[in-house]
Amino acid sequence: MCLGVPGRVTKVEENALGMTMGKVDFGGITKEVCLAYVPGVQLGDYVIVHVGFAISRVSEAEAMEVFRTLKEMGELGELDIAQPE
Amino acid sequence: MKYVDEYRNEADIQAFVSAIGKRVTKPWTLMEICGGQTHTLIKSGFDRMLPESITLVHGPGCPVCVTPLEQIDRALAIAARPEVIFTSFGDMLRVPGSTTDLLSVKAKGGDVRMVYSPLDAVKLAQKHPQRQVVFFAVGFETTAPANAMAVWQAAKLGLDNFSVLVSHVLVPPAMEALLGAPDNQVQGFLAAGHVCTVMGYQDYFAIAERHRVPIVVTGFEPLDLAHGIHMTVDMLEAGRVGVENQYTRAVTPEGNVPAQRLLKEVFVVCDRAWRGIGVIPMSGYALAPAYASYDAETRFDVGGITAVESPLCIAGEIMRGLKRPHHCSAFGTACTPERPLGAPMVSSEGACAAYYQYKRTA
Repeated sequence: MCLGVPGRVTKVEENALGMTMGKVDFGGITKEVCLAYVPGVQLGDYVIVHVGFAISRVSEAEAMEVFRTLKEMGELGELDIAQPE
Repeated sequence: MKYVDEYRNEADIQAFVSAIGKRVTKPWTLMEICGGQTHTLIKSGFDRMLPESITLVHGPGCPVCVTPLEQIDRALAIAARPEVIFTSFGDMLRVPGSTTDLLSVKAKGGDVRMVYSPLDAVKLAQKHPQRQVVFFAVGFETTAPANAMAVWQAAKLGLDNFSVLVSHVLVPPAMEALLGAPDNQVQGFLAAGHVCTVMGYQDYFAIAERHRVPIVVTGFEPLDLAHGIHMTVDMLEAGRVGVENQYTRAVTPEGNVPAQRLLKEVFVVCDRAWRGIGVIPMSGYALAPAYASYDAETRFDVGGITAVESPLCIAGEIMRGLKRPHHCSAFGTACTPERPLGAPMVSSEGACAAYYQYKRTA
């Protein structure tokens, strides 16, 4: 079960054991998520959630990289088809 | 959904596919070792879109599929006990043991419950102090931090009615075993993205060097897979060996350090048997001595278990990438998702289930 889903953090709080818990919004569905493994996470951050645990933040900057690569490939003529403008 | 929809854009996926077509000059065999990636590859039709010279084979990327039959039988025996509330993730429920499965045990009166998070199992233990709550801790490194936290939490709460049946397996030793096998066909590897989110990918450099293969840490959306395959083919064509990271938005070289810290506290690395493959040294997790009292295997004496595999099931050969599901004589006939002979047909991450669902009969 390696599937992790990205969602937006909408709540961060500590439970009785000192564990950081919170809520994550997945496109309209909100679930309780353990945030202990993403210390320093802020409201509005995106995280990858796997079996109720955030295992990583999602880097917005890195997320854009693939689209930069595609654009470069298009400009270098590595692609047969035209890139949508 | 952000970080999902934009990775499913057809035009972008096709862009990579066409770039791969232009780049490839020789036949290459690529393996991915994550059931989630297997499913995306087949569902998105990569096996049909990519040039014929690229063969995609599937590794043992389904932790449910590689859980030894004895462990499944052990789980079933524990689940049948009246004092036990047996909890697991959904995809274990219909995995066949030697004679039955969890869903059938439930139908006969066993208290078997699906949970979304291992912490839900801990909550059940708090709520039902008179019952023994057992959690089936199956998974790769991706799931291990969650399971570790559940055990840690149970220990902090001083619960004496919570235990875990551990069946954790580790990916790098499996890659080593596959690449080192005399009949290995795999020339390039897509490494499992979320395993690397947790563990980082430092371990993979030695594997790449030793076996002279490119390894590309890859995500799960169709665009990630197209990109990862493109990067792998690029390395193969250029004769480049080593490790590259396609899934940079969620993977760093060092991985998730707080998670690794708790893993080191709760688990120790041990030899593990992989169903269909055999024992791979230092390829699994067992509970560390400080947490040994939470081990369901020792808490419940379920007697001698002799597991009996189906003679028709070729799961082992499939998980080593030697055959593909449609090569199996029982595929789609004696073995279907409704009446599975082996785990890869029933698990949501199994290769056979993917091929069946997306109608790959040839």
